[in-house]
Amino acid sequence: MTRRWGGAVYAAVLAAVLVFGAAVGRAQAPRVQVEFWHALRGPLGEALESIVNGFNASQTSYRVNATFKGSYPETMVAAIAAFRAGNAPHIVQMFEVGTATMMAARGAIKPVYELMQETRTPFDPSVYLPAVRGYYSTPDGKMVSMPFNSSTPVLWYNKDAFRRAGLNPDRPPRTWAELREAAQRIRAANAAPCGWSTAWPTWIHFENFGAIHDVPFATKANGFEGTDAELQVNAPLYVRHLENIVQMQREGLFKYGGRDAAGDALGPSGECAMLTASSALFARYQREARFDWGVGFLPYYEDVRGAPKNSIIGGASLWVMTSPRRTPEEYKAVAEFFRYISNPEVSAKWHMETGYIPITFTAIQRAKALGYYQRNPWAEIPIQQLTRTRPTTNSKGIRLGNMPEIRTILYEEIERALQGQQSPKAALDAAVRRGNEVLRQFQRTTAQ
Amino acid sequence: MRRSFFRAPALPYLLVAPQLVLTLVFFYWPALQGLYQSLLIQDPFGLRTSFAGLANFAAVLADPLYGNAVRVTLVFSAAVVAGAMAVGLVLATAAAQPLRGVQVYRTMLVWPYAVAPAVAAALWLFLAHPSVGIVGRALVRWRLGWDYTLNGTHALLLVVVASVWSRVAYNFVFFLAGLQSIPRSLHEAAQVDGATWFQSFRWVTLPLLAPTTFFLLVVNALYSLFDTFAVIHALTKGGPGKATETLIYKVYVDGVVNLNLGSSSAQSVILLILAVVLTSFQFRFLERRVHYA
Repeated sequence: MTRRWGGAVYAAVLAAVLVFGAAVGRAQAPRVQVEFWHALRGPLGEALESIVNGFNASQTSYRVNATFKGSYPETMVAAIAAFRAGNAPHIVQMFEVGTATMMAARGAIKPVYELMQETRTPFDPSVYLPAVRGYYSTPDGKMVSMPFNSSTPVLWYNKDAFRRAGLNPDRPPRTWAELREAAQRIRAANAAPCGWSTAWPTWIHFENFGAIHDVPFATKANGFEGTDAELQVNAPLYVRHLENIVQMQREGLFKYGGRDAAGDALGPSGECAMLTASSALFARYQREARFDWGVGFLPYYEDVRGAPKNSIIGGASLWVMTSPRRTPEEYKAVAEFFRYISNPEVSAKWHMETGYIPITFTAIQRAKALGYYQRNPWAEIPIQQLTRTRPTTNSKGIRLGNMPEIRTILYEEIERALQGQQSPKAALDAAVRRGNEVLRQFQRTTAQ
Repeated sequence: MRRSFFRAPALPYLLVAPQLVLTLVFFYWPALQGLYQSLLIQDPFGLRTSFAGLANFAAVLADPLYGNAVRVTLVFSAAVVAGAMAVGLVLATAAAQPLRGVQVYRTMLVWPYAVAPAVAAALWLFLAHPSVGIVGRALVRWRLGWDYTLNGTHALLLVVVASVWSRVAYNFVFFLAGLQSIPRSLHEAAQVDGATWFQSFRWVTLPLLAPTTFFLLVVNALYSLFDTFAVIHALTKGGPGKATETLIYKVYVDGVVNLNLGSSSAQSVILLILAVVLTSFQFRFLERRVHYA
């Protein structure tokens, strides 16, 4: 008898636990989970996590899980591998040069304008700065990815070194001729070990250089109008600029700082009095620089007609990836998250914490209302530079497949010119020849 | 002589199964996938695929930049293998002497092996960088024009030195073990016959070390071909220009950075064949001259 009663009690307890558990489960309806892979580390990653936490706390239906996946190329490869395995994250952060590659992967991504339509989420593309919107839109103006962290190159300079060299610390050089003169005086007075250096040589001295001087980087509207585009970086103005750089290096005025962001270190450390680098270098200057610094517009050649135009952006945007198992609720969750990050409060906070530019006009107004630009007058320079003219065909951005590889080719050829192994003209001719092969390769793999 | 047999015929297979599974999953499967991928032209997402035959191989072999990578690899590997083995042997010979506190020296000489290649490379970066490195700045101050970020020869020298440094400890351990296994009586006999230290080293030590040397030659060649990726990646990323782009680094650049899977797979297949040929060549021609004591 005892044994049978024991069994009954056991069954009752089990049933109670199950019922109770189910009730609890229903009380906390499971949130729709969204996987978000990103490539920001350090203070930038923390700022991103805080935005994600803000979204998760702002409502109870969705939860975004942000995961750091390494550098931009590493994150890209991880997302591609996950897609091939049928496990793509909902959102992936992709650097701007991956744009054409992602756009060509039509089956793998869901364009943002489509996402917003399908989920009936209010969405007004016109609040985004044109230079930002254009970079991530189709030629007919439909936004394909969600702008997130954008920056643009500016001229950072050491005001103390300017003073030591007898230069006006409140008047950064406007043109390349003025920059050269400033570098000469800095070196002559030994106000800094190096006059000028640069980070991101290709982004700044080719992609942005072309936009500012309104000359094409490639045919077919920089690739926006077709994958059969061909590079044009061996045009006379690019050759002239590279010759200028090589000449300045020979005279000890310019110091090559390496590929991508490697040159960043030369500015905040005080080694080079001037540094052309991303506006997002703000956090480092603020933390590391032991001197008075300022920001100026990127220099240009004043004899070029129409210059200076608006500069173009760098940084990254958020892409929505597809997967065989996606539900409409998941897409709705992604759309809600996008709506959250583009509201003026959130994007102004992001802008002020990180030094990335505000991507919407409303965020600029918000930062202005908070008195941010009065406290940090330099922070308006990148915004003015991005918005000073309407983007032309040549200053809308770059839309070339395998762009990371094209950048590498340019690095290699420029480095050989800086080593004196070939002339600047020969370097850029070689870059065009090799780059066009890469573009044809992209055309072949995507046009089937 | 008694030989033992397993009663259950399945048992031995069961015992080696875990190792077999690991080998199949982590070696054969990816290798076969690479072989398959090398015959395709495919976009990175795998959305559009077409069969390319041997077009990827033809493109790789016709590419002058591939020839450049072959040349860089030959110079790099030869320098790394020679450097790492020579330094390892010198250190082992020194540490094999009966010295006070020899255990301390030996332990410390093994330490670099515990440093991960990427960390070792970061260490060398902080030594050699022309503007932040201690040694690099000194070289610049002495007006030696040191700048591995722009000078290809400097860059190659740096990655060779860093790779040698990470490998010396491994060679040291094997050479030391080899030296210790040589009976002291042989050296004493040589001394009695009036051999100098060098003669005794040349005619007694080296021949008896031959099996160790041969083993290290094979293993170091493979190390220089495959395991030096992290050092190059952290120090030079294959640059400046393509001065330090070895074959394995090119596989990475074309596959992971440039997302050209077909070409990258074709290159890894070629590299695999190269490794097999190299190893079998070494066994065929060099092993004849090795006497296993």
